[in-house]
Amino acid sequence: MQTISVTDAVAMIPDGATVMVGGFMGVGTPERIIDELVRQGKRNLTVIANDTASPGRGIGKLVDAKLVGHTIASHIGLNPETQRQMIAGQMRVDLVPQGTLIERIRAGGYGLGGVLTPTGVGTVVEEGKQRIESNGKTYLVEAALHADFALIGAFLADYLGNLSYALTARNFNPVIAMAASTTIVAAEHIVPIGLIAPDHVVTPAPLVDYLVANG
Amino acid sequence: MLVNLGIGIPTMVANFIPRDMKIFFQSENGLIGTGPIPEEGMAHPLLTDAGGRPVTALPGACTFDSAMSFGLIRGGHVDVTVLGALQVGANGQLANWMIPGKMVPGMGGAMDLVTGAKRVIIAMQHTAKGKPKVVNTCSLPLTSVRPIDLLVSEMAVIAFPDGKAMLMERAPGVSVEQIVAATEAKLLLADKIPEMQL
Repeated sequence: MQTISVTDAVAMIPDGATVMVGGFMGVGTPERIIDELVRQGKRNLTVIANDTASPGRGIGKLVDAKLVGHTIASHIGLNPETQRQMIAGQMRVDLVPQGTLIERIRAGGYGLGGVLTPTGVGTVVEEGKQRIESNGKTYLVEAALHADFALIGAFLADYLGNLSYALTARNFNPVIAMAASTTIVAAEHIVPIGLIAPDHVVTPAPLVDYLVANG
Repeated sequence: MLVNLGIGIPTMVANFIPRDMKIFFQSENGLIGTGPIPEEGMAHPLLTDAGGRPVTALPGACTFDSAMSFGLIRGGHVDVTVLGALQVGANGQLANWMIPGKMVPGMGGAMDLVTGAKRVIIAMQHTAKGKPKVVNTCSLPLTSVRPIDLLVSEMAVIAFPDGKAMLMERAPGVSVEQIVAATEAKLLLADKIPEMQL
């Protein structure tokens, strides 16, 4: 793990990169990394996240700046700008049931090719997917998702990169931390090693590649 | 009992829970033990509901990631979900997540909830701009092929035993004829159709 400035962290992300972003309606999204992506004007990003938050907040800032070419999310209903760009053909949006999205990401991080889920059977979500019968029930085959970068918003990080999260800001963060080639973390507080008790570490340090320096 | 409430009318269910009933509310963004909206000045920016609005956490609450949250939902650990609806078919199938060409918000957690919760209850207005929402067959994209268990509107309570819509109760002052007139789907009539106890 390496501590890095937010400028250098974002400089590693090329135009056209696939990025998983933590957060649920912006809660748990690493805003400092998002702000720097906007400042450096990284274009044509593929964003994998639960939602695109709302204009001016979290991933919504990337959408406002027209930096996103493709979104894979479960919900865009609270961001009219995402819907506008989708309808105008400026952004491709793949909508995925939330439980399927997080399991596809988890599968990517856990070394699985995908998952079998009953969600979506017999609906438009099934189009183009394989059905499998198992133990008398019907499932869809949903492929694993990977990303070039995972952008994590943590509450506490220690100097090694062990992470813990606060309240409902955990959401997608610990799951995406395992599913990307490079994991970059911005934490509210960076604390001495040992301050996060072993039982309270949610994301183990070896999963973290870069920790954005505070202050 | 673990309960997940959708947005809109279903959210109001929380205001009518009897004091002696032990219920945990789940927020799909990773919280069990969701409490009421905080008093002014007491909101925490990292404690929100699935719509991103500030909530409180009751004593005994716990938080978790989205994989566990949807494991709870899809895995049959949520006892009841109460959701809104755009359409409900005579067979109990639900459409509540998009209107092609008009409203494409995404399904969020709705498909997983309807597929996985032990009991699915719909709370909705009986009609939309005078048009029936309980229809023969949903014309809008389905949320799940799994039929709902119960529908509660301002006019009626309808159950769906064996994939058939059966009128169980009527709102005070509302006649069976009025309900049938406001419903496109053919309703089976229970032996007795009492007024709802409010």
